[in-house]
Amino acid sequence: MNIAVLSGKGGTGKTTVSTNLSLALNANYVDCDVEEPNGFLFLKPNIDNVYEVEEEYPVINKEKCVGCGMCVKVCNFNALAKVKDDILVFDKLCHSCGACQYVCKFGAIEYKKRVIGRIESGSAFGINIKQGILNKGEPMAVPVIKKMLSSINRNELNVIDCPPGTSCNVVNSLKYSDFAVLVTEPSNFGLHDLKLAIELVKMFNIPFGVVINKDNGEENIIKKYCINNNIRILGTIPFNKKTAELYSKGEILYFDRDHKNIFDELVNNIREVLPWS
Amino acid sequence: MKIVISAKGQDINDLMDVRFGRCRYFQIHNLETGEFKVLENAGQKSGGGAGIAAAQQIIDEGVDVVITGSLGPNAFDLINKAGIKAYKCDEISIKEVIEKFKNGELQEINIAGPSHHGM
Repeated sequence: MNIAVLSGKGGTGKTTVSTNLSLALNANYVDCDVEEPNGFLFLKPNIDNVYEVEEEYPVINKEKCVGCGMCVKVCNFNALAKVKDDILVFDKLCHSCGACQYVCKFGAIEYKKRVIGRIESGSAFGINIKQGILNKGEPMAVPVIKKMLSSINRNELNVIDCPPGTSCNVVNSLKYSDFAVLVTEPSNFGLHDLKLAIELVKMFNIPFGVVINKDNGEENIIKKYCINNNIRILGTIPFNKKTAELYSKGEILYFDRDHKNIFDELVNNIREVLPWS
Repeated sequence: MKIVISAKGQDINDLMDVRFGRCRYFQIHNLETGEFKVLENAGQKSGGGAGIAAAQQIIDEGVDVVITGSLGPNAFDLINKAGIKAYKCDEISIKEVIEKFKNGELQEINIAGPSHHGM
C-alpha cells in the first residue's frame, strides 16, 4: 500500500507530513523529491545501502557513421544534432528510447550507461527509509524515481514524499500510489496549486484527502473550497511558533507531546478511507 | 553573406528577441542579394533542448552569422562547431540590428551564457 504525499506548491509541508506520518503509521518512508530530498534532515537515518542509478545514452561509432542524420531526425528530445558530417550527442537530454539505434542503417549507434544518481536506504526510529538523489546538473529525475518506486514492496505500507509541482516527476510518483494526501496552506497560491494537484490525482482515480498546514483554526479559503467541492479534510497542522521552532531545529513533531495527536488523528482519518490490515 | 537574427515578429521593423532557443522566429537576411526569409523557431515548442533544435535549424539553413542576445552552452557549442559567427545585440528593431552589424558595431559572442535563460 503506497500513500503519496504531494502538494502542488513547494514548501507547504510535504516533508513535515510524510516524515511524521511514516512514524505514526510505522510505515516505510520513501523520499521521491530526488532533486532536493530533505526527509533525511529530520529522520537522520543510518544508511546501510547505496546503489547507483544508471541511464543509457547513444554513442556514435565514427567509423561506421556516414553522417546521414536519420538519428537526428528521429530524436524527439533534441539529444542529437548534426554539424557538417558529425553527429553530436547531448547525453543529458537522452530519454533512452532507442529510436536512433533503430533507424540507423549502418549499425553506428551503441548504447552505453552513465550514472545519473543514487538511491540510499537505511533506518531510523524503527522504520525503513529510502531516498533518491539526482546528481547535480542532471535534468531528468524520472529514471531515479522509477527505479526507487519499482523496487519497494507494495505489500508493505509506504509513505511516498513526492516532488513539488505537477510535473513528470510527480506523475511518475503517483503511478505507484494507492492513496494521496494533498498538503496545502491557506493562501491564494496554496489554493491555486492545490486545485492543480487535485486535477492530477483525479486522473489516477485514487482516493485522496487534504491536510491544511499553517491553520489558525478559523475559516479559510481552503476549508471553503474543500466543503464546496466535497473534498475530505484529513487533518490540520496549527500555525504557531512552537511548530515552526521544532521544524527549524530539524526535530520530529511526532515526538513532541503537543503535536503527536495531529498525526495520530491523520492516521485514523486515512484508515477510515483506506482500510488495510 | 547570410545572417540570421532571433526575432519577435516576421517584419524587418519588428524587434529582435534576445532569447535564442525560445524566440518565436528566425529572420534570415542575405546581405548581398537582399533576399529575406522567415522561419518559425523549431526550438520554441520543444520540451527540452530548445537551443539545440534552434541551432540545428539555422545550421541546416547554411547561414554565416547569427545575431541574438546570448547562446546557452549547447547552442553555443553547435554554432561554434558549425563555424557560424555569433554576435550579441539588444532588443531593437531587426532593421537597426542589420545596420549595426554592417557598421561593425556588434560584439562577437565568445562564451556561452547560462542555460535555460530564455525560459
